[in-house]
Amino acid sequence: MTADLFFQYLFAGITYGIMYAIVAIGFNIIYNTTGIINFAQGEFVMLGGMIAISLLHVMPLPLAITGAVVLTMLVGALIEILFIRWLDNPSVLRMIIITIGLSILIREAALHIWGESIRSLPYFNGNEITTVTLGPVRVSPQVFWVIGVCGVIVLLLSLFFRMTPLGREMRACAANRRAAVLCGINARNMVTFSFMLSAGIGALAGCVMSPITYTQYDSGTPLAIKGFTVAILGGLGNSMGAVAAGILLGIIEAYSISFVPLAFQDAISITILLVILFVRPHGLFGSGETARLKEF
Amino acid sequence: MQFTRSRAILCLILLVIAVQVLTRVTGTQFYLTQLTMAAYYALVVIGLTVLMGYAGQISLGHAGFFAIGGYLSAALTTHNLVPYAHSPLVHFLGRIGVLVQGRDIYGEQLLTVTPWAACVLAVVAAAVIALLLGIPVLKLKGHYLAMATLGFGIIIYRIALATDYFGEADGISDVPGFTLLPGIGPVGPLVVNGDFGNRVQNYYIAWGLLIVGMVLLLNLIDSRVGRALRSIHGSEEAAEAAGVDTARCKLQVFVLSAVYAALAGVLLTHYNGGLGPSEASVMKSVRYVALVAVGGMANLWGALVMGVSLTFLSLRGVFGSYDDAVFGAILILVMLFAPDGILGVRPGTLLARLKR
Repeated sequence: MTADLFFQYLFAGITYGIMYAIVAIGFNIIYNTTGIINFAQGEFVMLGGMIAISLLHVMPLPLAITGAVVLTMLVGALIEILFIRWLDNPSVLRMIIITIGLSILIREAALHIWGESIRSLPYFNGNEITTVTLGPVRVSPQVFWVIGVCGVIVLLLSLFFRMTPLGREMRACAANRRAAVLCGINARNMVTFSFMLSAGIGALAGCVMSPITYTQYDSGTPLAIKGFTVAILGGLGNSMGAVAAGILLGIIEAYSISFVPLAFQDAISITILLVILFVRPHGLFGSGETARLKEF
Repeated sequence: MQFTRSRAILCLILLVIAVQVLTRVTGTQFYLTQLTMAAYYALVVIGLTVLMGYAGQISLGHAGFFAIGGYLSAALTTHNLVPYAHSPLVHFLGRIGVLVQGRDIYGEQLLTVTPWAACVLAVVAAAVIALLLGIPVLKLKGHYLAMATLGFGIIIYRIALATDYFGEADGISDVPGFTLLPGIGPVGPLVVNGDFGNRVQNYYIAWGLLIVGMVLLLNLIDSRVGRALRSIHGSEEAAEAAGVDTARCKLQVFVLSAVYAALAGVLLTHYNGGLGPSEASVMKSVRYVALVAVGGMANLWGALVMGVSLTFLSLRGVFGSYDDAVFGAILILVMLFAPDGILGVRPGTLLARLKR
């Protein structure tokens, strides 16, 4: 492998890794407030891309993306209100099955609305062959959009959870739901907010990655599994860890192409998931002692 | 208890015979094809019921075990070994009598593994894989267990889709019939295949196997092991404190359910004459979970009834292009309104739950 190729793969890996990290952050937000892993997280990403592509026919790109994010947030809120809000103290098994069912329904609805064709948003700057030369490598400007949007999301999220009253209330619910309720926080609304937030972030990710990865009705599930791998790798609930783990997984995947056939690429990230679940279920950066106190 | 169970099994046997006679009388024997296939799928579902409902361990990868059974048996009985006839391994296999010679439609010589040997090998392979996978995986709980088994299913799907030996996206076709028993005197041979003439025979083979599998599981859950499993579902810590070897129990049931799935995979593949990678897909695994859930989780009879009836409707194409959506909706509705399965629903309690 030449040095140029090495850096080229490195950049590709970082780009994909950051996309996985955004999906993982979506998992983390819902997990932190509810203790639920939302198996329909990948479908939010798909919905964001699909809605933006449809809206693009009637409005300019920035508006279409905003519209897609808002609509997906509404879908997220609707899902929480219809299917999750009124269950009291459901078992983990029940929640897993309900969110899996939801992901199937969203996917099938997308299949009937948009069909099987593969779509994508146009590149935000230039087109498929526009490149920026960075030393030895050439990268698409879209890569900077992906990295930039992810950076802003992580920054805004940490500010949101630290500085705003709403963010603090959500964190209070995550830390101790009963105590939060006693302080007058409406814990049920916080769960709805967390679904909206996570759906919105997923949709935004779906829009910025659409020109690179394309969008299809079933593109959510593989992303969800990689996002979950990253969320576990970085320690469930830890957003900074997710970014680091995402970049790590993306780079491993990018280099794996030169050793194994492309068809096995998914199998590699899943093998990493299995190994990490067996060896360090609390993640690379988490502590085993706190993990034991959490309920999976 | 013993009495009612044997009576229930007897009723099931009578029902199976009655259905066959009814299709004969009304000239609707084409239903038998889907009923046969539904019986094999139901075998996977009842195996999974013991794992999910009684031991409380979710598996989103059982289509993987089904596919291991089906693919191994199909590949071994279909791929021609003539080019490797001089290798020591093939020579050894020939010596112990697990190879069969034949001619394909062009008159070329064929050398393949016999279906019996392939079936045993496929089921043993599934059991060994379940054992090796189960040791680490069953230490996990909840979401982690679900994701790990889901991951296993996807790996099997990817392998089937990307390996030349397993036919890649086309799958394997022209799988020969599986002669369970050779013909003796006036009695013809017992063959699992898709010939129209063998339709009635295959219907009874599939349902016979399903009933035997059912009896074994019913006995299992009423035994010492069954009580241990239910205690694990209730509280793993309490079961452990009471002296149940929880890890061992869970592993045994995991392997058992994998064997059920693999056996169903082997026989259904011989019956259909082939299989494709979609049999290993995540959606299939989810479908098995949906059938277990709609049957009432810890309810073998519910799983049998719902497994057969819903699979039959799906195979008849009743749900059209909404097939997957129907199973997704079933999952959600059952888990929201009837976590004990739709056979356990009392209208009064459902109303009370809705009013709240």
